[in-house]
Amino acid sequence: MNEFFSMGGYAGYVWSAYAIFLGLLLIDTIAPMLRRQRILAELRGRIRRERARGANTP
Amino acid sequence: MNPLVLWFHKFGSPPTFYRWTGRLLPWLWVVTLLLGTLALYGGLVLAPKDYQQGDAFRIIFIHVPTAWMSLFAYAFMATNGFIALVWRIKLSETLAMASAPVGAAYTAICLATGSIWGKPMWGTWWTWDARLTSELVLLFLYLGVIGLHNAIEDRRQAARAAAFLALVGVVNLPIVHFSVNWWNTLHQGQTVKLIGPSLIDSRMLWPLLTMAAATHFHFFASLFVRARVDLLELEGGKDWARTVALQAEQKA
Repeated sequence: MNEFFSMGGYAGYVWSAYAIFLGLLLIDTIAPMLRRQRILAELRGRIRRERARGANTP
Repeated sequence: MNPLVLWFHKFGSPPTFYRWTGRLLPWLWVVTLLLGTLALYGGLVLAPKDYQQGDAFRIIFIHVPTAWMSLFAYAFMATNGFIALVWRIKLSETLAMASAPVGAAYTAICLATGSIWGKPMWGTWWTWDARLTSELVLLFLYLGVIGLHNAIEDRRQAARAAAFLALVGVVNLPIVHFSVNWWNTLHQGQTVKLIGPSLIDSRMLWPLLTMAAATHFHFFASLFVRARVDLLELEGGKDWARTVALQAEQKA
């Protein structure tokens, strides 16, 4: 197991490369999901405002 | 209208696209994770050491697939940009713009992992040779497309302007691909070949190809998630988007 983590002396290079790979792809995956929540919340706010305006006008 | 155009309009209309990608997405993520895990295991554990580079060569299993994706994503973006400019199809504008950040991420990973690989093997993090420089230009093209898209207020005009820039940038794709043949560079030539035998052991080849498949699935999964959000924003005034917004609240 130790041999696996030491990567024949190249541990720093190999693991940092894999960390960048997984880290950036994770950010790439999560960012649009967070944006989706924001856009949906904005849209619901717009719907509510329009409904309130519709109810107030006689 | 001919059946193909009719089919395209049906599946390309935003609500229909939203619906069928919604059904497809969970499967795309599952396949991405399965293939990705398998490729990581094959590349980091099962594949033997390289006789020259030792374990450092294992960076190949992420460097080469991300390099392929940086070109694939650009070609995909430019194709959709072309369709958007010629036929003014809203979905193509959205797909073109949604693929830019994913492609930029892959290009950045390719450059970073290549740099990390270069240090122990070439003795330098960076050199201004043809392959590395043209890949860096590719990253700047992606960033230019994203920046231009964000700089223009009207979303559809912005998408068309950025699509035009994406089309101009296509000239860089063959330069990246053939740079190792056209110029003397530090970067090694092609190892995996579509035509003819690859210059790589099969125990190293299959994790590489599996990772390439995993990144393609990830590209489309990420692309569809982005395109769906963009369409919701673009069509916020329409009934289908409002139904989605209200249903999402009930589920939460």
